[in-house]
Amino acid sequence: MELLQRNYFELLGLPTQFEIDLTILDQHYRKLQSEVHPDRFVTASSNERMQSMQIATQANEAYQTLKNNTARARYLLELNGIETLEESNTAMPADFLMLQMEWREAIDDANAAKNVSALDALLIEIKQMAKALSLNLNHQFAEKAYTEASESVRKLSFIDKISADINRAIEQLEN
Amino acid sequence: MALLQIAEPGMSAAPHQHKLAIGIDLGTTNSLVATVQSGMSTVLQDEHGHALLPSVVRYLEDGQIAIGHLAQAAQSADPKNTISSVKRFMGRGINDIPDTTHIPYKFRDTGAGMVQIETRAGIKSPVEISAEILYALRTRAEKALGGELTGAVITVPAYFDDAQRQATKDAARLAGLNVLRLLNEPTAAAVAYGLDNASEGVYVIYDLGGGTFDVSILRLSKGIFEVLATNGDSALGGDDFDHRIFCWILSEAGLPPLNQEDTRTLLTKAREVKEWLSENTEAQITSVLSTGKLVNIKLTAEKLVDLTQTLVTKTLNPTRKALRDANLIIEDIKGVVMVGGATRMPQIRQAVAEFFKQEPLTNLDPDKVVALGAAIQANVLAGNRSEDDLLLLDVIPLSLGLETMGGLVERVIPRNATLPVARAQDFTTFKDGQTAMSIHVLQGERELVSDCRSLAKFELRGIPPMAAGAARIRVTFQVDADGLLSVTAREQSSGVAADIVVKPSYGLSEDEITNMLKSSFGAAEQDKESRALREAIVDAERLIEAINAALAQDGHLLSLEEKSAIESQVQSLKTTSQGTDKDSITQAVEALNHATENFAVRRMDASVKHAFAGQDLNKLEL
Repeated sequence: MELLQRNYFELLGLPTQFEIDLTILDQHYRKLQSEVHPDRFVTASSNERMQSMQIATQANEAYQTLKNNTARARYLLELNGIETLEESNTAMPADFLMLQMEWREAIDDANAAKNVSALDALLIEIKQMAKALSLNLNHQFAEKAYTEASESVRKLSFIDKISADINRAIEQLEN
Repeated sequence: MALLQIAEPGMSAAPHQHKLAIGIDLGTTNSLVATVQSGMSTVLQDEHGHALLPSVVRYLEDGQIAIGHLAQAAQSADPKNTISSVKRFMGRGINDIPDTTHIPYKFRDTGAGMVQIETRAGIKSPVEISAEILYALRTRAEKALGGELTGAVITVPAYFDDAQRQATKDAARLAGLNVLRLLNEPTAAAVAYGLDNASEGVYVIYDLGGGTFDVSILRLSKGIFEVLATNGDSALGGDDFDHRIFCWILSEAGLPPLNQEDTRTLLTKAREVKEWLSENTEAQITSVLSTGKLVNIKLTAEKLVDLTQTLVTKTLNPTRKALRDANLIIEDIKGVVMVGGATRMPQIRQAVAEFFKQEPLTNLDPDKVVALGAAIQANVLAGNRSEDDLLLLDVIPLSLGLETMGGLVERVIPRNATLPVARAQDFTTFKDGQTAMSIHVLQGERELVSDCRSLAKFELRGIPPMAAGAARIRVTFQVDADGLLSVTAREQSSGVAADIVVKPSYGLSEDEITNMLKSSFGAAEQDKESRALREAIVDAERLIEAINAALAQDGHLLSLEEKSAIESQVQSLKTTSQGTDKDSITQAVEALNHATENFAVRRMDASVKHAFAGQDLNKLEL
């Protein structure tokens, strides 16, 4: 079925490439849901209600994937037949490993001192790192340097995890 | 003298086949029904001019059922058979109810599953009791609108889990209502506000009802209401404030443990005092108990603030969490909308104003705003609005997960994912020749199975026998736009679909519902057979109408042969549904459904294409 063969970029009316305009992504997502959402098919036949639910589900999945730099890069690599192997391939350059250890220590220290603003500051530092990595991805995808792009995704994936940990720590301290 | 022309009931005032659709706010304390008339959302009143129907059901000695004000008036006199706040028990087990000592009902210990209440009319499930309330509202609406209803949107707290939602939908089914959508209460309120004020930007809906607290954060943009995050506490509401006052009266007046009538009397007093103190600085509590003891004490507004401070604070934690989930700070919030009768309390308004650094919006009646919004959505869903300028994108409030080894929960769908949402997970067999397996689905944010809510056990059967670990069973968890979960499973190598038997942990099985349907409304006038036939005919009529509308709109997507094939199936279903054979009607419905599968796919594909029609994708390329 033609419908199910569209990739996420095509489904949302965007060119299949890493660099996208997030404002257009937002607009297109809403436009698409306005057409296919189950609320538009409440009085339709059960076939159409089922179809609508499937496409609206895909549209949500596509939007979530494309909105997030890490997920978008991972998905684009997948479309190019490359798995990022984030679970199994944990080999990282030494400097990034050092950075990881420093961040972990900083989280432990801030936690012990119940210092929320230190955690906030750490989040900002990590976000900047993520931003730099996303800029790298722009070039890596433009040059089809997929091995390098894979490594960037693995780094970003680690950064996402540590950011989630910091957010959880802040939440616990605030409770 | 000119004769007035009067149309048949149900045919009147329907120039463009205006569908009769209603919105119902099924509340813990009060329920309401609203509809859109001449473009305005209006709450429908009963014959005495009351808009609010107290959510109280009384089973009388003569077998009659009283609902609303009449039932409420008898609460102290007949506490065991007069059920109020039943919403608190929907989809809940006996162990979920924090303090049964102050509740006068006789709960039946079912061990597991949803609680049941023993009344003089027999054992009642919260679903049946809620159905009585819905039935009363349905009757009110049918009288006011003069015709058969196309359907209803029923609101639920955003923080309701799957079991509570399913219970609400089951209650509607028992009451003979066609549910167009379960809508989250804060989202409904946002619709009523948003359309009234033509707002754009990020809004917080703070909804403190009788028994539940919800907070939702929404982005409003060009008629699209996108829920960014939701949080809450499904066991915190105005009732808890009453209870604090009640406990204070007990200790202040030095009262011994009370009987049920006196408990009910003082709880009612507590509620009245709470409402009085929203606009006055002190209240005198005077009551003569059944023992003859006189209670006569004074409560100041200041003392009330003191007594309920922790409850107010308790609402701010979910609010913080929702902000964090939405990745927003207080400065991003354009407005805070107050919903629910409990938000009339000044201490609530003040706490919210301090937290958000702005005065909350209170210009719509907090009791009615949810029903008004639900009616607007019902009107849109029934197809009465042609301009497609309203769309609600809501989220799942609590994460869904699966039980794994060691009593741990593996998250499958995260909270605040936009609906509809689906995830597939692969499983394999543990033993040679294994043909069945059980999957335990839970809802909640904690890591241990024992800390989450058990939703259901899904038993997969009919897996082709293979060596251990060879089968690849892909289980898909789909949450629909009502926030309800369904599960499908397929063995990947053979393509065989597994049968799924659902055992809901706190819900009703299909058999139980069928039994309730049999013994429910209209059972006296219609036997089971004729009810089933009526349902089949309604199904057939809906399908014919849907297909005809699709053909009229998109017939060009079909070849002439395809089109005439479908048309002849429609004709044959029309003929069959004139008859009285339920099974052949059901078969003809299935045949027509089957014949239109491809048409449905093409129509959906055309919709996707239409979304970006005329746009040049390449112009975005850099």
